[in-house]
Amino acid sequence: MLMMLIAGIAVLAFISASAMFLIWWERKVSAHIQSRFGPMRVGWHGVLQPIADAVKLLLKEDIRPAEADKLVWWLAPFFAVVPPVMAFAAIPFGKSLIPKDLNVGILYIMAISSVCVIGIFMAGWGSNNKYSLLGGMRSAAQIVSYEIPMILSMITVVMHANSLSMQKIVEAQSRHWNILHPNMLLAALVYTIAATAEVNRAPFDIPEAESELVAGFHTEYSGMKFAMFFIGEYTNLFIIAAISTTLFFGGWHGPFLPPVVWFLSKTYLCIFIWMWVRWTFPRARVDQLMAFAWKVLTPIAFVNLAITGWLLLK
Amino acid sequence: MGQALVIKDYAFVGLFFVFGIAFVASAFIVSWLLRPRAPNPVKTSAYECGEVLKGCARVQFNVSYYLVALLFVIFDIEVLFLVPWAVVFREMGIVSYIEMMIFIAILIFGLIYAWKRGVFEWQ
Repeated sequence: MLMMLIAGIAVLAFISASAMFLIWWERKVSAHIQSRFGPMRVGWHGVLQPIADAVKLLLKEDIRPAEADKLVWWLAPFFAVVPPVMAFAAIPFGKSLIPKDLNVGILYIMAISSVCVIGIFMAGWGSNNKYSLLGGMRSAAQIVSYEIPMILSMITVVMHANSLSMQKIVEAQSRHWNILHPNMLLAALVYTIAATAEVNRAPFDIPEAESELVAGFHTEYSGMKFAMFFIGEYTNLFIIAAISTTLFFGGWHGPFLPPVVWFLSKTYLCIFIWMWVRWTFPRARVDQLMAFAWKVLTPIAFVNLAITGWLLLK
Repeated sequence: MGQALVIKDYAFVGLFFVFGIAFVASAFIVSWLLRPRAPNPVKTSAYECGEVLKGCARVQFNVSYYLVALLFVIFDIEVLFLVPWAVVFREMGIVSYIEMMIFIAILIFGLIYAWKRGVFEWQ
């Protein structure tokens, strides 16, 4: 019981620290890609900027739109933060450093992270704002479409590892990482593209396209509720990077350094690549995204699954 | 693995659920204690680039969203069936592999039908 409480508190502390670090890092990466400096004033190269932002958001007035659907509008931030926090329960940071090695770990993470779409749609619907509703609709359609290829590529890994437990998937890669198999490389590519869409990042950021939807589903949120959407977004980013590390890049395996260092450095490297992509590619149109999910990614994922099965049986 | 052990695993999941809610709720409570309150009718009206609101926000939306949702439900259930199969298919051998491929092929046929009917061509 005490262990459970310690693990829970440690995870919450990690989530807050990680979200703050990622917000600062994203602003720095975007700035340097665009030949700017980004935040520079608060602390060394602006490292304390997220803390200043947190204090500011804490002290902001909370403006509730008069026509909002109160309960739905108020509950939406919970749906944005609680599922990614719950997903941490099965993320393997090290050999024994995992909150709980569930026997259906990867299935649990798939299930719990797809709850986020409900929160985004609730925010869009509850705000009673045209931009928010459009953003929420687009987001729901996009996330559910890209979920199919994402889960299919995860299943390819499950077929290799013969288990749904996150630790067993990592242990199956003790000799060589999954990414080194050609069909796993394809699965990793499909996963990366689909996961980019899952967390609404460019080139798949139509749900919050600033220039047309003024931030989409969270237009009407201010103060702490807005901050919760932000924390949820960056926690989700960490989760998808941690999953790709676990499934394709050998999890915590690595020479010399302790496992947790390997796991975190691989994860943050994956996050950096997602940031790089976000600030490099332009935004696509909503119909292009839908067509790409169903006409390209889903067939590729199915064919890859069939070939993997055939190779493993042979 | 015993039954009790599995229940203990999910107690952990439940704990994370409670912690997640407590995290959000405590942030809300602290900001509720500290923040100023000065609402006025202009501030609390929905944002529409500063214009006076026109009509209701719950507009009619494109029917394609509905079709995508239907497709998603079908394929999501298919994917759910694939998960237990993926764990045991090596022990079950070639027969289960062929059976699963037939199952997938039937659904792929549905996908091709939707494709030909133009579900993915949005106007």
